[in-house]
Amino acid sequence: MVFAECGNPTFYCATFKRNIMAKYSIQVNGKKHEVDVLEDMPLLWVLRDVIGLKGTKFGCGKALCGACTVHLNDDAIRSCSYPISSVGDARITTIEGLSEDGDHPLQQAWEKFVVPQCGYCQTGQIMNAAALLKRNAHPSGQEIEQTMQGNLCRCGTYNRIKAAISAVAGTSSSASK
Amino acid sequence: MKIFAPFQKKKNENIATEVFSASRRDFLKVGGLLTGGLVLGVSFFSCNEKGKKIVSIAPNVYLQIGSDGKVTIVAHRSEMGQGIRTSLPLIVADELGADWNTVRIVQAEGDEKKYGNQNTDGSFSIRQFYKPMREAGAVARLLLIRAAAQRWKVPAEECDTEKGQVVHKGSGKKLNFGELVEAAKSLPVPAVSEIKLKDNSKFNMIGKETPIVDLHDIITGKAVFGIDAVTDGMKIAVIKRCPVVGGAVKSFDDTKARAIPGVIKVIAIKGPGLPATLSKPLSGVAVIAENTWAAIKARDLLEVEWDLGPNAGYDSAKQIETLKQEVTKNGTVRRKRGNFQAAKAAAKKVIDHTYVAPYLAHATLEPPAALAVVKNDSCEIWACTQNPQGAREAVAEALAFQVDKVKVNVTLLGGAFGRKSKPDFIVEAALLAKESGFPVKVQWTREDDIHHDYFHALSVQRIVATIDNQNKLSGWDHHIAYPSISATEDSAVVQPSDGELGLGATDFPYDVPAINVETHDAKAHLRIGWLRSVRNIPQAFAAATMMDEVAEARGMDPVSNALELLGEDRNITFNDELVKTTYPNYGEDIASYPWEIARMKEVIRRVAKESGWGKDLPKGSGLGFAAHKSFLTYVACVVEVMVDTNNKITIPNVYYAVDCGLAVNVDRIRSQFEGGAQFSASLALKSMITVKNGQVEQNNFDGYQIIRMPESPGQIHVHIVESTAKPTGIGEPPVPPFTPALCNAIYKATGKRIYTLPIDMNA
Ligand code: FES
Ligand code: FES
Repeated sequence: MVFAECGNPTFYCATFKRNIMAKYSIQVNGKKHEVDVLEDMPLLWVLRDVIGLKGTKFGCGKALCGACTVHLNDDAIRSCSYPISSVGDARITTIEGLSEDGDHPLQQAWEKFVVPQCGYCQTGQIMNAAALLKRNAHPSGQEIEQTMQGNLCRCGTYNRIKAAISAVAGTSSSASK
Repeated sequence: MKIFAPFQKKKNENIATEVFSASRRDFLKVGGLLTGGLVLGVSFFSCNEKGKKIVSIAPNVYLQIGSDGKVTIVAHRSEMGQGIRTSLPLIVADELGADWNTVRIVQAEGDEKKYGNQNTDGSFSIRQFYKPMREAGAVARLLLIRAAAQRWKVPAEECDTEKGQVVHKGSGKKLNFGELVEAAKSLPVPAVSEIKLKDNSKFNMIGKETPIVDLHDIITGKAVFGIDAVTDGMKIAVIKRCPVVGGAVKSFDDTKARAIPGVIKVIAIKGPGLPATLSKPLSGVAVIAENTWAAIKARDLLEVEWDLGPNAGYDSAKQIETLKQEVTKNGTVRRKRGNFQAAKAAAKKVIDHTYVAPYLAHATLEPPAALAVVKNDSCEIWACTQNPQGAREAVAEALAFQVDKVKVNVTLLGGAFGRKSKPDFIVEAALLAKESGFPVKVQWTREDDIHHDYFHALSVQRIVATIDNQNKLSGWDHHIAYPSISATEDSAVVQPSDGELGLGATDFPYDVPAINVETHDAKAHLRIGWLRSVRNIPQAFAAATMMDEVAEARGMDPVSNALELLGEDRNITFNDELVKTTYPNYGEDIASYPWEIARMKEVIRRVAKESGWGKDLPKGSGLGFAAHKSFLTYVACVVEVMVDTNNKITIPNVYYAVDCGLAVNVDRIRSQFEGGAQFSASLALKSMITVKNGQVEQNNFDGYQIIRMPESPGQIHVHIVESTAKPTGIGEPPVPPFTPALCNAIYKATGKRIYTLPIDMNA
């Protein structure tokens, strides 16, 4: 089975052809940033290399793993496949801007269930789940799985991710503990 | 420089501990430690059975108690999701009686002189360091107790520690560690022989659930992985590597690449040719640019002419066909008990099957990345490495620097599974930093990672089992062919090593009168490495699914069949039956870590009980069983499967019973088993690397798939057998038994036997 469509997030298939530098002003975590970059540079690399926000991770570069998930306005997007030229004046939120001090209900649930193993995929998982809960505060188990299928975890923390989201959503939790 | 596979390690002698007061000069060298306070260096040395010192392994761990009472512990093992940065310091802290909330963990850089062997592989960190870590904590505790006893003028025996304080039992007097630091510093450091370890019942954290120390940083995006390393003036390198192992760059045209704004330099890297080695970079052309995106774009525009070398015609499907023929012939005998041919001649029933498993890639979610800064004759590295010392030596060799001029800082690892014990990507960074004059971070893309991994080797095995007219399993004939890890260092090697066979083939534990293990030639055409549980994966897949057929042929329940065939409770060694070798036992002395049949039976009984083995399930559902010991840990597994009319596989429940000796951090044992089941589900259901014209055919997570949430095992129930035996590994042992248990469950549900991985229900 091939997962061409990764859950619900909208992502943009850019044609990476031109080599033109351009200036953009983007809004990240409530702050304006002026950047001068290749116009097809994916938002991921703008965030990581130019602005220095490293919480957003690189896992595949092809919208296949979800490690790079951020919010564009209220939607989860795969920043590795979303060129800076398409951002416009949308509000970008990264894991660094999700909450003041890691106290978003999902982050708290992640702590409670001790979800992470290596931790690498987890910021992307949390951002995708946060967008889901914004759309639908009480998703069913199946809706959770549908949305989260775009996020890979090689360490295999899926059971706890699902339990943590279910706990916040107030739907039946199925921790394997 | 030599990288050893985890199971090839020389036998470990016993490890003893010596604790000393660290001088200012000592601890200043340890990055991240505060000055002042009480600083103890803990040196581990190997010794013979009588405790006589053989080699000093130098101070491995530093422990500091500040005048503010805060405790700092330097962790010397790499964190890659297994929780070791939590579990090892937790052992020290529990024995010391520290307040865990005030314990700070600092990651040690790679330095064998200072920290001893730091290679984090083979599930052996807890196994080796459990006792030494406790002793270190106990020495510090005694020192603080003596300081308090002197001040209170009471006997030291009447005092104890608790939550960062020394407490006098009689009077209830209390002093914080911080208040005792100055006095403790002036006392002589007690010898290990003077201390008494806590009784297990007094543990506050060992055996309980302690969240991982990096948890908050991870969920807020602050955790620093290899890919996140930065330094001033850093440039990014992305490399186009030769698509065929053993090939080399002939010439290249970088005109188009250089047209990308931000590109700074293009540099070719010379490869080792063949053997490809476990440490050297592949031949390729690197683009160095201002940012990752420019480097990726420009790399893709490089036009390289390759000399593809002798592996250019290699086809993995063809090799599998060849090996299927090979395993029907006579091979090289590696274990022999009784007379298999006679057993076969007298058999009432002969079961004969061939098992095929593909190449696998590690696909750590964090692709390899390393940052190198070279100044004159010294080099500093930041990298996600399992093996900082191996990296250090490999870098020193590549740059022709003194080893002590190379410093390796270990970041968090975004998954490793064996991939990040190879320093090839770190050497790339070092070479490019030296050549370009810039600090360089090498970034692998996912495609690079899938194309150029140190792969888990494909395998073909044939097992012939014979049932005699007493309905007994009378003979077991296991034929094995796969490219060996050793071939990556020595191209002449065409047969599995004793170490590889000791991972689930020659250590077949069942009491069968005739056992024959034979190996066959299989040449390596890729870089072969080790992947979480290594050869246990295919070897347990073949053996444990065949055992299910044996049970069926005998008209027995698979659990009763396994319990019966394990035979009497006793310790086994295999040694008399192994040809020209002894059982490697994961590098441990078999006297200290015996193969105990009773413990294996216990986990089997336990998993049967917990899973409701034997219960009725609806049509299309089934339970499957497998048991497998690896890395000295006993595991039994039951998988429940549902297969619908479209052949869609759902796994609602997985049950594990595990005996890993004393359970140090229960939550991390659980999480390793949960993750181990998911990891095994990927390789059972999804993952496969194929090679054509010497080149890997998959590119990214679309072609090389790993399990996603909707199809992943639903509930994973982990039952830990209570034990006071020495703790053993937990990172790898969950993986091997899951896949055969799943295959056996599918048979129960559908009547279809699985002989080829990944599972294809329509084949
Ligand atoms: S890095 Fe963007 S989806 Fe994988
Ligand atoms: S926690 Fe390691 S990849 Fe998800």
